[in-house]
Amino acid sequence: MSFNNVIKEFEGFDFPAFFETVTDSDVERVLGKEKLNNMDFLILLSEKAAKFLEPMARKSHQVTVQYFGRTIHLFVPLYISNFCSNECTYCGFNIKNSIKRRKLSLEEVEAEAVAIAKTGIQHLLLLTGEAHQVTPVSYLVDVVKCLKKHFASVSIEIFPMDECDYRSLKAVGVDGLTVFQEVYDKKIYKSVHLSGQKSDYLYRLNAPERGAKAGYRNVNIGCLMGLGEPRSEAFFTGMHGRYLEDNYLHTEVSLSLPRFNPAEGDFVPPFTVNDKTFVQFLCAFRLFLPRAGISVSTRESALFRDNLISLGVTRYSAGSCTGVGGYAVEDHSQTPQFEITDERSVEDVVAAIVRHGYQPVYKDWDQIA
Amino acid sequence: MQDEKLTLGKISFESRLLTGTGKFSANELIPKMLAASGSQMITVALRRIDSSSPVENILSYIPENVTLLPNTSGARTADEAVRVARIAREAGCGDFIKIEVITDVKYLMPDNIETLKATEILAKEGFVVLPYVMPDLPLAKRLEDVGAAAVMPLGSPIGTNRGLETKAMIARLIENCKLPIIVDAGIGRPSQAAEAMEMGADAVLVNTAIATATDPVVMGEAFALAVRAGRMAYLAKIAAESHLSRASSPLTGFLN
Repeated sequence: MSFNNVIKEFEGFDFPAFFETVTDSDVERVLGKEKLNNMDFLILLSEKAAKFLEPMARKSHQVTVQYFGRTIHLFVPLYISNFCSNECTYCGFNIKNSIKRRKLSLEEVEAEAVAIAKTGIQHLLLLTGEAHQVTPVSYLVDVVKCLKKHFASVSIEIFPMDECDYRSLKAVGVDGLTVFQEVYDKKIYKSVHLSGQKSDYLYRLNAPERGAKAGYRNVNIGCLMGLGEPRSEAFFTGMHGRYLEDNYLHTEVSLSLPRFNPAEGDFVPPFTVNDKTFVQFLCAFRLFLPRAGISVSTRESALFRDNLISLGVTRYSAGSCTGVGGYAVEDHSQTPQFEITDERSVEDVVAAIVRHGYQPVYKDWDQIA
Repeated sequence: MQDEKLTLGKISFESRLLTGTGKFSANELIPKMLAASGSQMITVALRRIDSSSPVENILSYIPENVTLLPNTSGARTADEAVRVARIAREAGCGDFIKIEVITDVKYLMPDNIETLKATEILAKEGFVVLPYVMPDLPLAKRLEDVGAAAVMPLGSPIGTNRGLETKAMIARLIENCKLPIIVDAGIGRPSQAAEAMEMGADAVLVNTAIATATDPVVMGEAFALAVRAGRMAYLAKIAAESHLSRASSPLTGFLN
């Protein structure tokens, strides 16, 4: 069993031809439905549906309030290493990039944890590049043990692992897993992941499923918007979410919407997703997967993120550093994985959430072990 | 009209409306909602409590005269629910516990088997146990046997506002159980709360419908009124329904 079987079903599917057939009444019919099927979802992702952005947004708002209330869950990302053996053309940690490489010692992890915990946020997302020699599972286990002293919930966004390694990290307290496929289009995937473990498409594609099998409470997926044709990529992301929901009833599925920041590095993404299309995708995800958490990171601007609060987003990172460490001691590597656009402090993000009539949630989990 | 109080454990409650702390746009609304609704018991997920937080502790918004009903939201097994309950008691949240064991995050359906196990263990430890379950009569009778303080059947899945989809099953619990029946989850509007109370439910628990209303304080009051109206109608014995209309001035009256 694998989501790859679903992808295979759509090999040869002519997306542009399908979008051509979409009519206004199709979109209206879908907006009147309570439960959307796959093709309904695809209709909402079409260019034709853009005309219905306001009714989509209203329904997305209503569904989100019903399932999540007026709340935004907060988390903080912590990068513990930028060593990486992968050659991904779009990433700052690319092995070919001559950047200062750094890995936090356990003492440094502790110091970062103390600094982050002062914000009151109890949800930490641990990130690292992929370098099995430098950051082996044993190191990650030690890091998690250290972080669990300070946080109620620790999630990981690290290289894909075997199920047994996911279990090892779960055993010391990790409860959530984030793995972005980056791009579902196999040809493009190959062209941007030139070497390293990450060039194995299927191993990555099946990682969220292995996490669900390992018993993770939350599995978060996404595609990096801009790498592939946006509408079909959004479709496969949503389909991947529904596949996980249908097959792993015990797992909360959530989605992220990472988008290339035009100000970023030398890599020029082949596609662009403008704000309007971004919002259309966000609303389509919400209507297709009403219970899924949706995160938008600090890649997006403060103003844009504030406006998304009432549209279907449920989780925000805040006060983020995307270099290594950076909360307790300034990050001297000066090589972030991606550029942050929303540079506000946690207090400022919290104030903005409150201003929009939403409650910032600092803690919503306990490890009972 | 005389009504007995709702007794759970050793405490008797005037109000038959239980409320929740989730989904509010600001925690400051919670005490206002409690005052407006007269609700005397409120549930809070232990996982949301952070007593050592430098910024926010949800418990500080719950007045002392309102009984705290910690719940085991997030628990996947009986064992986890039991541990959450013990932590809640140690944290000073009292002896009440609402058991929520959910293994299906898609529909948030309770796992009746694990819930029964947890109820038995916790009742023996002196907890006042309120299990959240699918309405199932044999299960409810077993919950009675193992010492539950009430049975909390769902009206429809949590947060769906779909009302009493399980009405016929709940009616059987009301008819056949000795324990108080508190309809929990799925009640989306005051009329649905009134409907549950008219049927003879002993109380209802409402969270989403109040917390996500544009004005949660007024909605809290609306629910309180509906619960009272439904309860009074139940006590007053609602007239039986009939398929044939009965005109107030019968057409054949002249024959008498």
